[in-house]
Amino acid sequence: MSGNSSYNPTGAVEKWFDERLPILRFSKEHLMDFPTPKNINYWWTFGAVLAFILVIQIVTGIVLAMHYVPNSELAFNSVEAIRRDVNYGRIIQGTHAVGASMFFAAVYIHIFRGLYYGSYKAPREILWILGVVIFVLMMATAFMGYVLPWGQMSFWAATVITNIFAAIPVIGDPILALLRGGFAVDNATLNRFFSLHYLLPFIIAAVVGLHIWALHVPGNNNPVGVEVKSSHDTLPFHPYFTMKDLFVIVVVLIPFAWFVFFAPDILGHPDNYIPADPLLTPPHIVPEWYFLPFYAILRAIDFDMWFISSKLGGVIFFGGSILVLFFVPWLDRSKVRSGNFRPLFRPFFWLFVLNFLMLTYLGAQVAEGIYVLLSKVGTAYYFAYFLIILPIISRVERPAPLPASISESVLGKAEASGEKGQ
Amino acid sequence: MASEATSGTTRRDFLYVATGAVGAVGVGAAVWPLIDQMNPDASVRALASIEFDLAPVGVGESFTITWRGQPIFVRHRTEAEIAEARAVPMEDLKDPATDLERVVEGKEQWLIMIGICTHLGCVPLGQKPSDAKGDYNGWFCPCHGSHYDIAGRIRKGPAPLNLVLPPIEFLSDTIVKVG
Repeated sequence: MSGNSSYNPTGAVEKWFDERLPILRFSKEHLMDFPTPKNINYWWTFGAVLAFILVIQIVTGIVLAMHYVPNSELAFNSVEAIRRDVNYGRIIQGTHAVGASMFFAAVYIHIFRGLYYGSYKAPREILWILGVVIFVLMMATAFMGYVLPWGQMSFWAATVITNIFAAIPVIGDPILALLRGGFAVDNATLNRFFSLHYLLPFIIAAVVGLHIWALHVPGNNNPVGVEVKSSHDTLPFHPYFTMKDLFVIVVVLIPFAWFVFFAPDILGHPDNYIPADPLLTPPHIVPEWYFLPFYAILRAIDFDMWFISSKLGGVIFFGGSILVLFFVPWLDRSKVRSGNFRPLFRPFFWLFVLNFLMLTYLGAQVAEGIYVLLSKVGTAYYFAYFLIILPIISRVERPAPLPASISESVLGKAEASGEKGQ
Repeated sequence: MASEATSGTTRRDFLYVATGAVGAVGVGAAVWPLIDQMNPDASVRALASIEFDLAPVGVGESFTITWRGQPIFVRHRTEAEIAEARAVPMEDLKDPATDLERVVEGKEQWLIMIGICTHLGCVPLGQKPSDAKGDYNGWFCPCHGSHYDIAGRIRKGPAPLNLVLPPIEFLSDTIVKVG
């Protein structure tokens, strides 16, 4: 959004500074005065919630790294020492572990908001793709972080997930050895995961910078999906939306704090309090809750397809379930962004949400009986939604009439036109 | 100079490409150690083989040893188990292999396998008498439900291949070298 510069340096020093490094101008334009659609609802606050949690994770993570020992003999006990001996370590470690869950809860809300309101559509494709990149980086970071306490679930998650790469034909086994640094998951694996777990959040922060840059070119989408037409449609980001975002951050902090103080382990698996044992697989391996839908998809493929083995097939669908998100802007051809004006789209969208929740449930169940069948149905709908349903309904659907402007959708037609006449 | 520039390839173009090529090789050579350091190091590779005495393992018993950080399943099979493994028709197998192909000839009672599920690397159950042994009286992987028979062959579930056999060599009647 150009032409929203309201920065006038006052005084000689500010003017001198502005001509050399216009960082105050940049902050005023992008953090304070940025014109934001006045109709955005609470679903739009989760971007700020995510930025806030990223900062929490980085700060608590740096502190934890001062006490954690990335060695297979010592790692488990060092995490216990953090929780028992380090001053406030119980709270700092709990915040970091619960923060990961909060991060994913917020990112899923943020992604589903984008899917419902068509926030991925032109001209916001790059913005969406950067978001998916952040999601992938988050998954890699969370996975490697989960390995660090070196409990049974840590160890076996590392084993199962690195083994996914062994399914790649020809180069799979060399890649597996390269990832693990040994013939099995061991100290070398733990060390590199610690190194990368420390690195990736900073890469995420950099991509978040690009994500916000890409957001600030076209500006925010909004619940009616009609582009901003005049200054009547917007309000400055500060104080209107900074305060709204802060309010939601406070609301999110309530369950966050509850988990940290009263149930820091309830979102994890009790088996992770058994030190890692390479010779004993826990009877039932489950990933953290935020990976369950994708884990269910991985397990749903238990049959061979032509020359593709069930193992490779599971990996292809697992990877494909995330890769398909990159192509959503081109799979959904509808010109109407917001689901509010798409009567045919809405039921399929909500079914997709329910299906995602079902896959989350199924990912935690044992792979037998009805659960296997339901996982297959859920996987089929997940892919059908993106690859078949979205392309078809965007062709056959008759969208409801759109309001002429954001102002009109908020104030009604008469008042909006009256406002224009002023 | 001007005429040279318009007549196609010049000495300068050649130098440009040659410099770029040398630069690319240099970058590649500098990056490779940074990637290869992630591969198994010398201390890991040095533990490539171990020797093991089978004498204490009685008929019908199982034992697990560690080789390269991985569990090795040793099973002293009974006559009935060997007969059961041999009776399986090849068309029932996902990854066909006769029982004889999976043991050393003359030592058919000793089944020695890497105890790692070929699906996603869990350790199957079945080594302890109290373990679930799956639908085929062998091993059962609890992670994603793969069933292996008494010759370690995949019979049911998502695993694509039979349990892998390590390179073994009988040094004497009961001493076996793995690796």
